[in-house]
Amino acid sequence: MRDAFIAELHEIAAKDPAVLLLSGDIGFKVFDRFRDTYPGRYMNMGVAEANMVGVSAGLALSGKRPVAYTIVPFLTMRAFEQIRVDVAMQHQPVMIVGVGGGLAYDILGPTHHSIEDVSLMRSLPGMTVLTPADPNQVRAATRAAYDLAGPVYIRLGKNGEPDLGTGDHPFEIGRPTLMRGGDDAVIIASGAILSVAIDAAAKLGDDRISCSVVNLHSVKPIDAGTLLDWIGDKRAIVTLEEHSIIGGTGSAVAEIVAEAGLGVPLKRLGIRDRFTFEVGSREWLLNRHGLDAQSVADAVKSLIA
Amino acid sequence: MSQPDTARTTANTPSADDLARKANTLRMNVLEMVIRAGGGHIGGSFSVIDVLTALYLRIMRHDPASPDWDARDRLVFSKGHSCLALYNVLAECGYFPKESLDRYCVDDGLFAGHPERDLVPGAEATTGSLGHGLPLAVGMAIARNLDQAGHRVFCVLGDGECNEGSVWEAFMAGPQFGLDCLTAIVDSNKLESLGTVSEILSIEPLGQRLANFGWAVREIDGHDMTEIVDTLESLPFEPGKPSAIVAHTTKGKGVSFMENVTMWHYRGPNPDEAAAARRELKALIEG
Repeated sequence: MRDAFIAELHEIAAKDPAVLLLSGDIGFKVFDRFRDTYPGRYMNMGVAEANMVGVSAGLALSGKRPVAYTIVPFLTMRAFEQIRVDVAMQHQPVMIVGVGGGLAYDILGPTHHSIEDVSLMRSLPGMTVLTPADPNQVRAATRAAYDLAGPVYIRLGKNGEPDLGTGDHPFEIGRPTLMRGGDDAVIIASGAILSVAIDAAAKLGDDRISCSVVNLHSVKPIDAGTLLDWIGDKRAIVTLEEHSIIGGTGSAVAEIVAEAGLGVPLKRLGIRDRFTFEVGSREWLLNRHGLDAQSVADAVKSLIA
Repeated sequence: MSQPDTARTTANTPSADDLARKANTLRMNVLEMVIRAGGGHIGGSFSVIDVLTALYLRIMRHDPASPDWDARDRLVFSKGHSCLALYNVLAECGYFPKESLDRYCVDDGLFAGHPERDLVPGAEATTGSLGHGLPLAVGMAIARNLDQAGHRVFCVLGDGECNEGSVWEAFMAGPQFGLDCLTAIVDSNKLESLGTVSEILSIEPLGQRLANFGWAVREIDGHDMTEIVDTLESLPFEPGKPSAIVAHTTKGKGVSFMENVTMWHYRGPNPDEAAAARRELKALIEG
């Protein structure tokens, strides 16, 4: 995802000299080509995230199109109030790009995991929150964020995420896409963990349970009409996110479903209000937290049983 | 390098005496707003108002008729709680009619207890949460250099505000980027909410610390208008370095019983105090 992001930004920057890239001393060799191609437009701001976000807002107030990039918690949590006051409150077109969303920095431990960022960013008035699911969507999200020209948060994974076939669907801010059709239940997922939802739906198919999969790549805004169309008359909804179940994708879906009065059984799958102290690979951590394909399939089954 | 169009800047150049008198008149306006609307932060408004008057009425190139003029000098008013000073200086410049200040801290108002960029013509940034202004100003200065523009960027901070870590991140960034178009002015009135800065979380020796961080520093009497103007007219102090001015000031300056008393961070005067304060400021203006 990281490489897809920088590749897309490189192309955008070629067309708009106002595009600048600020990093919090993160991205070994990742930005060399950008730095060399666009002299003066890449700035390593040091390990000083509050200042980096404030500087980004100051650049935006002067007509620039800055991108503030570093590891998710240091960006969205350390500098939250700068994002709130300097970027969101003043409607500045700063692209806030976090790398390592969810458990992507697996063995680095809970300080480097991010399970609260979507909730935090979603709460800010005027903030758009994008959670692309694969490298193709990262490129689309970066392009859409640039075109939006407002406060936007893009949550990246790390690198090497598989292509999930999102390229078959147009990327539109706010509009979830149907990755797989099905009649009995629906799994609504956002971010790289969409791959688990797809695997879970395949497992359910083996058991003759027809399960659709919706990619909620835009957690804010959400076009409720589209989402409700995809939910249709399914008998069960499972949300899946690499994030706390409080305030993120599951919460956003639950709010829409409840206000629409659907009364459909709904289960939120994510990190259950605890820190991720366990040590292991992302795959192992997902498994440990019940976010593997079998656990997701079991959750669907239990809802429609 | 593009130069600001001086024809579009404030036409007259007031003398230091004119400015000093003007600042005291603006103190009176601040006082009247506090009497009318209640509320606090009069002390910090009085400490910063001489510097602010000099900046807006003599030093900065700006055009109140075109607040978005590209070539304007920028001022980020980071100690947003002292906005009474800012509002009155902006009104004096003509950014909005003075009568509109009646909409200070009232229902359906325009002027809150901290300045909002969306509502206040001439306010470069929404401030009020401390520690935000200098990073914004650093960003504006970097943008100015990227554009090879000719304007300058000022940031006015409080000394209590320098408790915030983000201020020191920006104190590192200013010299790192060689921002000699940037000037940080610390209104060093020595008091924060509950006591002296030195007692609570000392930043002293501030001038020395800023010099050690790589700023070109001058320390001045922030109420001596001649010294203020001379200092601001000698910017930048050193090529390649951002400039810092530690303006030694008195919180509540101008009204004897408000000077150096923390209570005036919080409350406005009762009728007797209001009358006494008016008398003192009137004497200053006429003196």
